[in-house]
Amino acid sequence: MRQLSRRTALALGAAGAALGFVGSGRPASAAAKETADQIAQFTGGKTAEKGKVTIELPEIAENGNTVPLSVAVDATMAADNYVSEILIVADGNPNPGVATFHFSPMSGKAAASTRIRLAATQNIIAVAKTSKGEFFTNQKLVKVTIGGCGG
Amino acid sequence: MAEKPRLKLPAEAKKGEVIEIKTLLPHVMESGQRKDKDGNAIPRKIINKFACEFNGKPVFSVNLDPAIAANPYMQFNAKVDESGTFKFTWTDDDGTITMAEEKITVS
Repeated sequence: MRQLSRRTALALGAAGAALGFVGSGRPASAAAKETADQIAQFTGGKTAEKGKVTIELPEIAENGNTVPLSVAVDATMAADNYVSEILIVADGNPNPGVATFHFSPMSGKAAASTRIRLAATQNIIAVAKTSKGEFFTNQKLVKVTIGGCGG
Repeated sequence: MAEKPRLKLPAEAKKGEVIEIKTLLPHVMESGQRKDKDGNAIPRKIINKFACEFNGKPVFSVNLDPAIAANPYMQFNAKVDESGTFKFTWTDDDGTITMAEEKITVS
């Protein structure tokens, strides 16, 4: 990031405010609103209860190109009551979507691991949906030293 | 992109056991965010869906976004009640489907 002088920063700030950032193109990272919208779409507007979901991520990711992620939900996987889906979103990437995991009672466990890309330090949010239509959520902040979206 | 997927799962299990499955498909997972040296955007090309079935029944699947790292790795579980065959499929943006199968003996 180029260092801005105080004067330039103020001028840019004023110009940005005047324009309302309209026409400046997409911001580099997904706005919090986009992330919230994607979660709302997933839950159908319901509020997800905090808890039951465990997210494992490094506290500091030195390389945002490949960051190990594990997610698990503390719930049974019975035929009539199981975790059917887990949505993963990241609020500081160019697009909030990361992955949606779909489970069945044959999954045995509501748990999955993968490797993700993170453009910058940001929150990773997991929202779990049960077959009964309940929603649980949790989030974790990851500090990213080198972003992983190329350029 | 006819790369060979890598699979890791036990060959045998006890009835009702929850086993762990690891899969990896070599793939660039081009995010669509990058630019080439002339400044042109490199078009998106990712694996957008991964699915695992056992004896024709869905076990686990994922919708992948460009935020999944290159060479998409998936680790998940399966509860096995009978011997059979796991079938894995990866779907590319261009429609290419990569398939793999692995048998398990359940006693």
